[in-house]
Amino acid sequence: MSALAVQSLYKIFGNRTDEAVRRLATGAPRAEALAGLPATAAVIDANFEVRPGEIFVVMGLSGSGKSTLIRMLNGLLRPTKGSVRVDGVELTTLKPAALRKLRREKISMVFQHFALMPHRTVLENAGYALEVAGLPKAERRERALDALRMVGLQEWADKLPHDLSGGMRQRVGLARALAAGTDILLMDEAFSALDPLIRREVQDQLLELQAELGKTIIFITHDLNEAMRLGDRIAVMRDGRIVQIGTAEEILTDPANDYVAQFVADVDRTRILTAASVMEKPQHVLDVNAGPRVAAKALRESQTSVVYVTGPGKKFVGTVTEDEVLRALREGRANLDGYVSTERVRTVTADTAVADLFADCAESQHPVAVLDDRGRLTGVIPRITLLSALASVAPDEPAASDEPAAEPTAVAPSSEPADIELVVGKEMPA
Amino acid sequence: MRLSEFPLDAALPRVPLGEWIESAVNWATRTLGPLFDAITTGVEGLVGPLEHLLNGVPAVAVVAVLAGLGWWLRGWKFALGAAVGLLLVAGMPYWEETMSTLAQVLVASVLALLLAIPLGIFVAENKRASAAARPVLDFMQTMPAFVYLLPALFFFGIGTVPGVLATVVFSMPPGVRLTELGLRQVDKEIVQAAESFGAPPWMVLLRTKVPLALPTIMTGVNQVIMLSLSMVVIAGMVGAGGLGDVIIFSLSQVEVGAGFEGGIAVVVLAVVLDRLTDSAGDRFPSARAQRLAREAA
Repeated sequence: MSALAVQSLYKIFGNRTDEAVRRLATGAPRAEALAGLPATAAVIDANFEVRPGEIFVVMGLSGSGKSTLIRMLNGLLRPTKGSVRVDGVELTTLKPAALRKLRREKISMVFQHFALMPHRTVLENAGYALEVAGLPKAERRERALDALRMVGLQEWADKLPHDLSGGMRQRVGLARALAAGTDILLMDEAFSALDPLIRREVQDQLLELQAELGKTIIFITHDLNEAMRLGDRIAVMRDGRIVQIGTAEEILTDPANDYVAQFVADVDRTRILTAASVMEKPQHVLDVNAGPRVAAKALRESQTSVVYVTGPGKKFVGTVTEDEVLRALREGRANLDGYVSTERVRTVTADTAVADLFADCAESQHPVAVLDDRGRLTGVIPRITLLSALASVAPDEPAASDEPAAEPTAVAPSSEPADIELVVGKEMPA
Repeated sequence: MRLSEFPLDAALPRVPLGEWIESAVNWATRTLGPLFDAITTGVEGLVGPLEHLLNGVPAVAVVAVLAGLGWWLRGWKFALGAAVGLLLVAGMPYWEETMSTLAQVLVASVLALLLAIPLGIFVAENKRASAAARPVLDFMQTMPAFVYLLPALFFFGIGTVPGVLATVVFSMPPGVRLTELGLRQVDKEIVQAAESFGAPPWMVLLRTKVPLALPTIMTGVNQVIMLSLSMVVIAGMVGAGGLGDVIIFSLSQVEVGAGFEGGIAVVVLAVVLDRLTDSAGDRFPSARAQRLAREAA
């Protein structure tokens, strides 16, 4: 079940909102549909589900309706139409008292400008939700201190917010939301007011905390890099509508329309794209039990100098080059066992960011081998492929190869060596 | 007559507003008599004892208390200035009148604030009430102060009570306005933060909005006191007593000296009350925190 589900959600400000919804429901562009109506549409027909434990990022420029959207998720704004369900509870029809209860128990929020109360100490701010819930003072203090410890600010508990830097204040904002102990966290441009370096720091901290706590987070931002860095999935908003929902990679490699494509044009792809999305299908893979003759044939036919070898369970073992194949032939061996080298090739996992591939590619004599989490060879990355993946940052050109997740093609050895498909890495420039 | 010179003007209906108001006042005097009597008793019960107290202790004691307050709130320089000013007044023949004016100002201000602050909170929370209150407040503020004295005179007769009540009406508007302004100026995000954690409206109001609006509300308190002081002098015309009597008497008798003495007593009282209430606002932790936050930004 989803932690939070939004269905055909609209928010129209102004008058004659029913007429506005009717016109917008046809899918007409916002400006056209509302021409002549005394109404402004902030959110149009939003649909999405947030899974428990995921970071769901809503990204859009100012005026795209993202802040309005997030405020409907905890009822700070009443939707004009549509449904918001939190843990299966329909929020839009709740009475004020029930809505407040739901906020106390299920959803807390972190604000763009921190929204700390300047007249309360850091500790009192962090414990605000608990005070609202009516907890006794000692317990309040205990839990607020725990939350402050999580964000590393327990030393500052008795200071006032103005004694803290921006980044620290937002960590108090985060602690306040964490202390509430709710499963869902709404973060409205939470890091946008911070300096880039500090922003990076608190992003890391959020990811660390998230790995530990596994909250369901809805994160609003206008910063695409932030969206890509934090989001398990990203919804891109434009003019009140959600134009695409997908993982960072999906949005980068397969933008739904020109707008999204333009938007992602200047993203640092090397941080988002992974080895899996740039690797090439290894043309031939040789099992370790194959004979040296087969290897020699493969090398000759493909005019390369290296063959990738897999062992039992298609686990990657290493590479053989002409030298080893010739030696095996001379020594009359039946298979390549003992001649496989692990020295000349670097291996990476499929989820390694492209940015982290450069060193491996540079130091690996042969194309880098990409392994899945069970150590099986899933692809290779020659230097030239890495370079061309980098070059293809133009949005109309897919950055990855056509078949990003090439299935492993290593074939189990059969009785006939000739049947064995040899996989040969491309020759690399010396 | 000009009216007869222009036929169109002559055709305009004559609006006997003055007559209506007179009959309304007459009606109110007849039917609401017991209510007015009760109010009279109540106000007298407040002003009388306070006046008695202020005049019952030595002038030096009053000066010491006010200067001490000044020291606490603003520092020794102000305390010294206030002491000198007040001793000057004590040295003139109108100390008793000054104290009775002070009593009237304090009572009128407290009554005005008891009405103004809740009303200000109400109109800040309610857009329609705010729209309705605005013209009424404009009316109350721009109507020449003397005019209030007339109905007050009718309802409450001559004396302190009509003076105090006219003062309440006259001095209330800035209290309402500044309370409303202060509450509306509270950072929306902070209010939303309070709401987003499920705080009920009363809690948002009393523990978030009001503390953050306090500096502005205190400016309203200061304004109410200042307006009360200026009105209390005018109230001398209905025999409210105090410095108003002194000034109006000296005006009618062309007594320049007495007029100045009364006037200077008013000025000293005004400056002391203004500075004291002005800095009282800063004593609140929320005000200090906000000021520090502004300085840091």
